[in-house]
Amino acid sequence: MTSSAHALGGVLAVESDPGGGFVAPGIEEFYPEPLAQFSLLGVDFEITRITVILWVATIAMIAFLVAAVRKPQIVPGKLQYVGEAGYSLVRDGIARDVIGPKGLPFAPFLVSLFFFILANNLMAIIPFAQISPMSRFAFPLVLAAICWVIYIWVGIREQGAGRYFKDILFLPGVPKFMYILVTPIEILQTFVVRPFTLAVRLFANMFAGHMLLVVFALGAVYLFNVGNYSVIFAPVSALMAIVMTFFELLVIFLQAYVFTVLMGTYLNGSVEPAH
Amino acid sequence: MTNLAAESPNPLIPPIGEIIIGLIAFGILFFVVAKFVAPRFEQVFRARREAIEGGIERAEAMQAEAKAALERYQAQLAEARTEAAQIRDQARAEGQQILEELRAQAQEESARIVARGEEQLASSRQQVVNELRGQIGRLAVDLAGRVVGESLEDQARRTGTVDRFLDQLDGMAAGASPDGRGATGSSVYVQGDR
Repeated sequence: MTSSAHALGGVLAVESDPGGGFVAPGIEEFYPEPLAQFSLLGVDFEITRITVILWVATIAMIAFLVAAVRKPQIVPGKLQYVGEAGYSLVRDGIARDVIGPKGLPFAPFLVSLFFFILANNLMAIIPFAQISPMSRFAFPLVLAAICWVIYIWVGIREQGAGRYFKDILFLPGVPKFMYILVTPIEILQTFVVRPFTLAVRLFANMFAGHMLLVVFALGAVYLFNVGNYSVIFAPVSALMAIVMTFFELLVIFLQAYVFTVLMGTYLNGSVEPAH
Repeated sequence: MTNLAAESPNPLIPPIGEIIIGLIAFGILFFVVAKFVAPRFEQVFRARREAIEGGIERAEAMQAEAKAALERYQAQLAEARTEAAQIRDQARAEGQQILEELRAQAQEESARIVARGEEQLASSRQQVVNELRGQIGRLAVDLAGRVVGESLEDQARRTGTVDRFLDQLDGMAAGASPDGRGATGSSVYVQGDR
């Protein structure tokens, strides 16, 4: 049983109890019952349906990518063409154009980032899954942490630790007395705000998107079943659920792209010394 | 609802287990992309670029070849033209020469023919003169005989009067001929002598 199904049960219960009113789905949406629970080396693992969705999305994306490059040809087939379009979007549009001439070695990482987020985000509107693992804060946080480590590591490798940290602490081209203000902001920005915003932006978008879809879908069901004049508003709610699904599709692509582009700009800052 | 909902957990506090699961999932995807997908795509891009550049190079080579061939043909054509002009000039010169040769030959021939004609004319005139001389003599003797009433033939033959007279005439003609204006009576013969 999914948590949405529990919520649906709650909504349908209104038939037997007309005075109950609409029970809006809450945070429990994102805490489905664990399918399995075990402890390994002192860490508790909970396998929920969201974990399963994460694996399904990841394996599906790997299968798609492998199928796309299984028999690479100069004149691409349909599958290879789609794979190439995605790969080129990140490789040329982000690794080459955003990071710069030194960006191409980061293409595989950025491509993985983009496709991983995209696959997991798409689960938000795939029937029977209909929840993105990215609406669980742990997953965006993992990606943001990886990005954080990489862009600091690349900055130290490319510019040297002294130069890299000096440029962050004392931004070149700023009047000396302004360092009182600029230095704390820069430190906070580079080491705290950047990864945190990366993670929260993705998480919050998918979290809110899911809540919107659930509210409109359950609202439609509730209005159909409430048994009074409200039933005329049910199609509006159902229509909104459909419209929001398309909107969610836009958000899915946009967030995957935004995450990758931002990582590109951070890497650009690490690769090239500040001016 | 579940007991989790009752506790109302903070969605911003991630469970450690999930973080590890996320790391593994992303790690596997990254491994596949870095080791397998990206190199293949790069290989395709490289092959495609080479194919396009190779095509351009081939086209350029073909164009250069075509240009060279055109130049060669044009050079050959110019050569052929000058050669033709040369041949024409030569032919014209040769024709001129042949024409002149022929003209000279013809002139020579005509001169020869004229000379032979003159020769024949002279010999036949001599023949005619000789014949006429005999006949005129006979005729004159005859006529004189008739006038006189007797035959003078024998006497004339004996004395050779007529021949003497004729020889006189001839002598007059021969005397007149060197200045081109002979006596009226012998004008025919004078012309023939020329």
